Formats: sequence, structure tokens, C-alpha cells
Amino acid sequence: MSVIQQLVTIALAAVTNFITRWLPFQLFTHSKDDRQEPAPFIKGLGAFLPPAIMTMLVVYCYRNLNFVHLNQSLPELLAGLVTVGVHLWQRKMFLSLTLGTLCYILLVNFVF
Amino acid sequence: MKRNPSNFRYAWTASLPVLFGYVTLGFAYGLYMHNLGFSFWYPLLMAMTIYGGSVEFFIANLLLQQFNPLNVLLITAVLGFRQFFYGVAMLSKYPQHGWRKWLLIFGLSDETFVLNYYTKIPAGYDSTVVRTWISVLDYFYWAFGALCGGCLGGVLNLQVKGLDFVMTALFLVLAVEQFLKEKNHWSSLSGLIITIGCLLVFGKSYFMIATLLLLVLEYYWFSYRKGGSA
Repeated sequence: MSVIQQLVTIALAAVTNFITRWLPFQLFTHSKDDRQEPAPFIKGLGAFLPPAIMTMLVVYCYRNLNFVHLNQSLPELLAGLVTVGVHLWQRKMFLSLTLGTLCYILLVNFVF
Repeated sequence: MKRNPSNFRYAWTASLPVLFGYVTLGFAYGLYMHNLGFSFWYPLLMAMTIYGGSVEFFIANLLLQQFNPLNVLLITAVLGFRQFFYGVAMLSKYPQHGWRKWLLIFGLSDETFVLNYYTKIPAGYDSTVVRTWISVLDYFYWAFGALCGGCLGGVLNLQVKGLDFVMTALFLVLAVEQFLKEKNHWSSLSGLIITIGCLLVFGKSYFMIATLLLLVLEYYWFSYRKGGSA
């Protein structure tokens, strides 16, 4: 690939990626009249999806779990349990994040 | 324009987990491109124009192959598809006009969506300004990480192994918070069960798209159709 072709590739990816983010704003809002709401189906979808997307992203983080050799995935499972446990106990976001991540760092560097 | 410093400080504090996550992840990405043989300009340019982690990793690989613009379009659209739904969810939270709108839309990465959607911004702060700062900060964390990885990758070995877990921890904590606060767990549980099912059936490359399509179908079938417009 020449440098020009590389730049075209990068530009294409950048524009396409932006379009996936911008499209809903173009499709479901009406620039001529602010007060017009998006269709009820889209509004309902916007309210229904976020909790499901949140749990989907959690599963995404754990997509590389190895079920056959579960002990290879033990650090992220244990650190995940610590994170959730600390959060249920104290409900302080920064504390849960710090202890969970610290637990993971210690596990992957010194235990496994 | 009057800039209220407390809006910035609130955004800074809220974005701290992403600071660690993006700098380590961006560093890994820069290092990855360095190892593929690219100068640091490439990861930096791609981080600042494409600004989407999974797309950038993929395009880095494509740059080494034959020029194929259609392939670039397809892969980027497939990988970026979930962002469409972030936009749908953010319709009511992002402004419809003004320059901030464009910054916010451009910056709608996974982590920025998560922060901007799920962070409860207290009264007294301008939520649009806070969300814009969060987007801008996240953007620079990512670009900074990519630059460092591309430059220092070969020279230094600065990585703290395991620091990137902060992103998983962030998602976990936000999912738990969501679960504790919501009135019914239908959406959360659907997300969990359908995603695991799709991961097992469709594999790592396609399960997110399959999950999102099934969730839309599920909403249409059980909620929208029965409840009318409710």
C-alpha cells in the first residue's frame, strides 16, 4: 500500500466510524423543529437498551474467559468478585475500582 | 464563552478511571502498531481521526495488506455498529444544536458513552458542559496513550501489567449500580443472558451485533407491541 492509499484507508475508517455515531442524531431528531420528539419506538428503545448494553459490555470484558482451563482466567474472575463485593459492601465507586484493580495487578504479577 | 471551572473539575474526577484505562489501552495500541513496523505518526493520527479502539486495531492490520476501500467501509461499519445504539440512548441527553453537539457525537466511544450516560450529574453543574469536558478529556487520554506507545514502545518497558483491568472494574461497578437502582431487572438480565448466548453461538467477532439486534427485536416484541406507545 502506498502512503496515499494508507491515508485514504485511515480517512475512510474515520468517516465511517463517525457516521455510525452521528446517524441516530440525523435520523431521529428534526433540525427544523427542536420540540418534535423522536418516534415513540425509538424513544422507548433509548430507555430500554442502556441497562442491557451495560451488562453486555461486562460480558464483552470477559469474552476471553477460558472455560476449559478456568484457572487461566482466575485473576479476572477473582478481581471481578472483589470489585463487586467491595462495591456492594461500601458502594464507593473509587474504592471498588482501586481495590479491584489492585487485586488484579497483584494476582497477575505475583500469584499466577 | 464563560467557562465554569467546577464543571471541568467534576468531569476530570468522573473521567479518572478512563484516564488509567485509556492511557494503558492506548499505550498497548501504540506499541502494537510500533511492532507492526509503523512510525509513531500512524497510531497518533489514527487515534485522533478514527478514535475507536477496536476499529484502529483492525485498520492497523489492514494497512499491511492490499488496498481495499470497500473492506475498510464494511469492517468499520460492523465494528462501529453498536455506537449507533449509544446515539439512540443519548438522543435525549445531548444537545440538538451548537458546536458541542459535534464534539459529543465525535467522542461517543464505549467508555465515554458509559460515563456520559450513567454518571448522575448533580444539580448546579451544567450537564452539557460536563459531558463535553468528559468527551474531550477521554479523547486526549486515548491520543496520549497511543502517542506514548508508538514512541516509547520499543525503548522503555513502562507497562504495569494488569492496570487495564480498571476498565472491566468500571463496567462492573456501573452494572452493579444500575442493578441496585433500577425498578425491574428486565433489561439488565436480558443483556446478560442474550450476550452470553450470542457469545457462545456467534463467537467473539459477531456477538455484539447479534445481541443488539436481538435486544431491539425483544423490545419490539414484548414491550412496544403489547404496550402500544408506552
